[in-house]
Amino acid sequence: MIRIQARVEQSTLMKIASPILAIILTLIFSSVLFSTLGKDPIQAMHVLLIAPLSDLYNIGEMFVKMGPLLLCAVGLSLCYRANLWNIGAEGQLLMGALGGGAAALALIDSTSIFALPIAILCGVVSGMVWAAFPTYLKLKFNSNLILTTIMFNYIALYLLLWAVHGPLRDPDGYGFPESALFSDAVTLPVLFEDGRIHLGIVLAIISAFAAWILLNKSHIGFQIRVFGEDEPAARYAGFNGKKLSWTVMLIAGGLAGLAGVAEVTGPIGQLIPSISPGYGYSAIIVAYLGRLHPLGALLSATFMAVLYMGGDLAQIEIGVPTAVVGMFQGVLLFFLLACDFFIRYRLTFISNQPIQE
Amino acid sequence: MKLKSLLIGLGLVAGLSTAQAEDPFKVGFVYVGPVGDHGWSYEHNRGREELEKHFGGKVKTTYVENVSEGADSERVITQLAKSGNDLIFTTSFGYMNPTIKVAKRFKKTTFEHATGYKRSKNVGTYTLRTYEGRYVSGIAAGMMTKTNKLGYIASFPIPEVIRDINSVYMAAKTVNPDVEMKIVWVNTWYDPGKETDAANALMDQGVDVLLQHTDSPAPLIAAEKRGVRGIGQASDMSHFGPNAHIFSVRDDWAPYYISTTEAVMNGTYKPQDFWGGFKDDMLSIASINDNLPADVKTKIQTTYDDIRSGKFHPFTGPIMSNEGKLVIEAGHTLTDAELAQVNWYVEGIKDSIPN
Repeated sequence: MIRIQARVEQSTLMKIASPILAIILTLIFSSVLFSTLGKDPIQAMHVLLIAPLSDLYNIGEMFVKMGPLLLCAVGLSLCYRANLWNIGAEGQLLMGALGGGAAALALIDSTSIFALPIAILCGVVSGMVWAAFPTYLKLKFNSNLILTTIMFNYIALYLLLWAVHGPLRDPDGYGFPESALFSDAVTLPVLFEDGRIHLGIVLAIISAFAAWILLNKSHIGFQIRVFGEDEPAARYAGFNGKKLSWTVMLIAGGLAGLAGVAEVTGPIGQLIPSISPGYGYSAIIVAYLGRLHPLGALLSATFMAVLYMGGDLAQIEIGVPTAVVGMFQGVLLFFLLACDFFIRYRLTFISNQPIQE
Repeated sequence: MKLKSLLIGLGLVAGLSTAQAEDPFKVGFVYVGPVGDHGWSYEHNRGREELEKHFGGKVKTTYVENVSEGADSERVITQLAKSGNDLIFTTSFGYMNPTIKVAKRFKKTTFEHATGYKRSKNVGTYTLRTYEGRYVSGIAAGMMTKTNKLGYIASFPIPEVIRDINSVYMAAKTVNPDVEMKIVWVNTWYDPGKETDAANALMDQGVDVLLQHTDSPAPLIAAEKRGVRGIGQASDMSHFGPNAHIFSVRDDWAPYYISTTEAVMNGTYKPQDFWGGFKDDMLSIASINDNLPADVKTKIQTTYDDIRSGKFHPFTGPIMSNEGKLVIEAGHTLTDAELAQVNWYVEGIKDSIPN
């Protein structure tokens, strides 16, 4: 008989072995999957996991995809560490794009070197404002943060749609729902001539390190960790929960807002109805894969970006439909989470023989 | 030694070029939805399949489905160009600026963007004369309605949709002077839930013929449930409403995909703004329901024939807008460039364009 038993302490061995085990299980499962579809599994793995990093252009694009995921995930990691269940990164990202984009459109004739910083600042502040509403509702009325942040995601999406269909629509765009293209003065500079790596990605990587320092080397970080692990103890120690909630939520909102404004002033270059393919939601997975550690998020955001890119490449190179790619990604995440189970629990084998007196 | 390596080099080049001559011509497609949406992307994918069948082994196609119109599309289009596709069709409006950007870097690749308005040396655009299908729909709807109320489920207030609303109304008016048109904006191209809600709201207001400018069969299914009529959009939707279905206006992209591929292969391609309609067999009236009265069936056929032969164009003046302005002068027929900018409702539509 097999029995599940909680471990007294988290297993250090499993913490390291779990991701490796998950990857091995995924490789076995997907080899079978691709073989039954008549595709060479080794070629499929190569396209899905290695091709996205095979040349400079693809590496650059991997960073473009990683940037917004990382910014959102770093903020979410801080929130989840402090037991604040913020699901609102998507809405905060969209508001950042909208606020920053509106500023960029207002400054479309400007050639000032301050135009871009102003637009970015507007984006960051918009994201913070969007995080502030649910935070206030939680602290004032004890409303459920998960529900309010999800609702605010929808409100943000509809505000964006309204803006690109109405006041911010390109007057020369034949009525199509998108804004004018931003001018060069409000476009993020590209780091290398031929690709799309922009300044926003550098900021994203810096933010991961900054959050790590904040979490591990500062008093606020200490408070966050204590609040997350033992709230009564934190209160007993006299930590100010309200102030901490505000700090963490505003940082997360600002980072998500930065992700949004960097996306529209970077690779997209205008306001459109579909700015984010769900970065704010994927970032939840990224944050957990990274074990709620800002530097872990750096790794997991890279990993997820590779997976997404590999999905598109697999359609181009080996002709598998998106559904199969989605299945591969789902299975991988499933095994990762399933293996994590063994960090906290273990299986014990008990013999079925009756105990003899 | 030098001569030898030179010869080897030449041999390699020659080998490469013959290899290239034998290689199939590669065509890439980018879809905004899944190929199983039974609407827009579904029909583009059918066109792709026809293209591959037409050329046998000489053309190899690749597609990427479900590509977001955000930052991802530029990467996907680039990767298609990088992996050696000679011709790339980007099939949604949101791919316009990404297509232009990628085309600048891949000057030897030809790009074709559906429904956009930006072109360049290696980017052409193509779209459908959907207003032709709408005109025939308007005739049928005007004859079939008993309550004299038509319902239009509209997606986005862009010129194509506004043009088509006008087309339906003008047609219906010629066969039924008392007809009224109710318009609901759903702000989506594909959302079965929202489309059903809109259909029910329209039917609650007494509408008994539904027209849709969205891609799911949901409105037709809703019409079938409540015993009223509907017209299929983009693909043949007859099996979704055996009794409700009047006919479907079917998109068929294959003729354009075949002729464009041929032109690029022969080196005769020139980027243009192509509009395909009845005449080009890119739009057709599919599966006319047997349960329609004979006079309606005849009228559908004659209207189709007149538009196809060029005898009649729905946007021929004089036409007044519903704000009392003369928008098309007597004797003038709108050019394609003018059709692309329609931003008024014709006289008689009791509504205003949202903004």
